[in-house]
Amino acid sequence: MIETFLAIGLIIVFTILLSLYRLVLGPGIFNQIAASNVIGTKVIVLLVVIGYIFERPMFIDISLLYAALNFIATLLMARYLERGELCKA
Amino acid sequence: MQGIDIIATVFMAGGAFFMITGAAGLLRFPDFYTRLHATGKCDTLGEVLIIVGCMIYQGWSFITIKLIFLMLFIFIANPVGTHAIMKAAYVSGLKPWKKGEARR
Amino acid sequence: MVFKSKGEKAFSMIVTFCAMFLFWVLLSAWIVYIPQHYDLIEISKGIICALIVTLISHELLVSSRGEKVLLKTLRMIPYLFWELWQIVLATFDVAYRVIHPKMPIDPRIIEFETTLRSDFALTTLANSITLTPGTITILVKPETGKFWVHALAEKPADALLVDKTMQRKVAHVYMEE
Repeated sequence: MIETFLAIGLIIVFTILLSLYRLVLGPGIFNQIAASNVIGTKVIVLLVVIGYIFERPMFIDISLLYAALNFIATLLMARYLERGELCKA
Repeated sequence: MQGIDIIATVFMAGGAFFMITGAAGLLRFPDFYTRLHATGKCDTLGEVLIIVGCMIYQGWSFITIKLIFLMLFIFIANPVGTHAIMKAAYVSGLKPWKKGEARR
Repeated sequence: MVFKSKGEKAFSMIVTFCAMFLFWVLLSAWIVYIPQHYDLIEISKGIICALIVTLISHELLVSSRGEKVLLKTLRMIPYLFWELWQIVLATFDVAYRVIHPKMPIDPRIIEFETTLRSDFALTTLANSITLTPGTITILVKPETGKFWVHALAEKPADALLVDKTMQRKVAHVYMEE
C-alpha cells in the first residue's frame, strides 16, 4: 500500500510544479494569488499523504492547522486587494 | 492487496486524475475567471476523493474523525476562497474574457 | 448580533463551551489511547482552552434563537446529497471542457434576483452555485437578494436563469419562498 501513497504524493508534487508556472509568470497579481491558494490547498492533501508514507498520524494535525492558515491568508490577500487596506480606520 | 486497499486506491486515483485536470485547466484556460472555474471545482473534488481514500484505508479510529473535519473544512473553505478572490478581481475592475478575444 | 436576555447569552455560552470541549477531546484523542496520561492536568488544559475560546467567540457560533431549527436541519439532509451529486457532475463537466482540444467555453456574466434574505440561506446558495456546473458567484447584495454569477457557457447559465431548480430547493430548505 505504501507504493500507492508514494505515487499519489508524486502526482500531487507534479501538479504543484504545474501550478508554480502561474505563481511565477501569471499575468497580473490575481492569477498569482489564485495559484498560491491552489498550491496551499494541494499542500494540505500532500501533508496527509506524507503522514501515511512515514506512518506518523500527527501530520494530520499539521494539515488541519495549515488548512486554517491558508484559508485566512487567502481571505486577507483578497480583502487587501479589494479595499486597499486591511481594516477600516 | 486486500479488497479495502483496492477500493482506497481507486478513490485516490480518481482524486489524482481530477487534480491533474485542475492543474491543466489552470494552465490552459484563457483568463483569470475561467481559470478559477477549473481550480475551484476540480481541486475540491480531487482533494476530497484523496482524503476519502485515506479514510477507507484507515478504517474506523480517531484519525478518521480528524480526516472528516479536514474534508468538511475543505468543502466549506475552498468555494469561499475562490469567491473572495473573484470578488476582489471583479470589484477592482478586471474585465472578463469574451469568446473570440486573445488569451490573457 | 444583539442578545435579548441573559438566558440566551448563557445558553449560547454553554453550547459553545460543550462544542469546543468536544472538539478538543476529538483532536487530542491520544489521551484516550494511553491511559497513564489520562490525568487531571491534561483535562484541565483542555477546559481552560475551551473557556478562553468561549469567552472570546460565543456570539459567533450561536447567533440568535432561530425558528424551526430541527425542521430546517431535516430538510437540509436530502439537499446535501443532491448537492454532492451536482458536485460530481460539475467536476466531470469542467474536466471535459479542459481536456477537449477546442475548449468549448463561452464565458458570460449573468444577474438574477432571489427571494432569499437570511445570511445562512444566502451563504448556502452562493457556495452551492460555486460548486455546481460551470458557475461561480461573484457578488451578492443581501438587501435585494441579487446575485452576480460568472458562467462558463450558455447551458449552465440557463440552468440558473430559466429552470431555477437550485433557488427553489434552497428556498424550500430555509422556508423563504
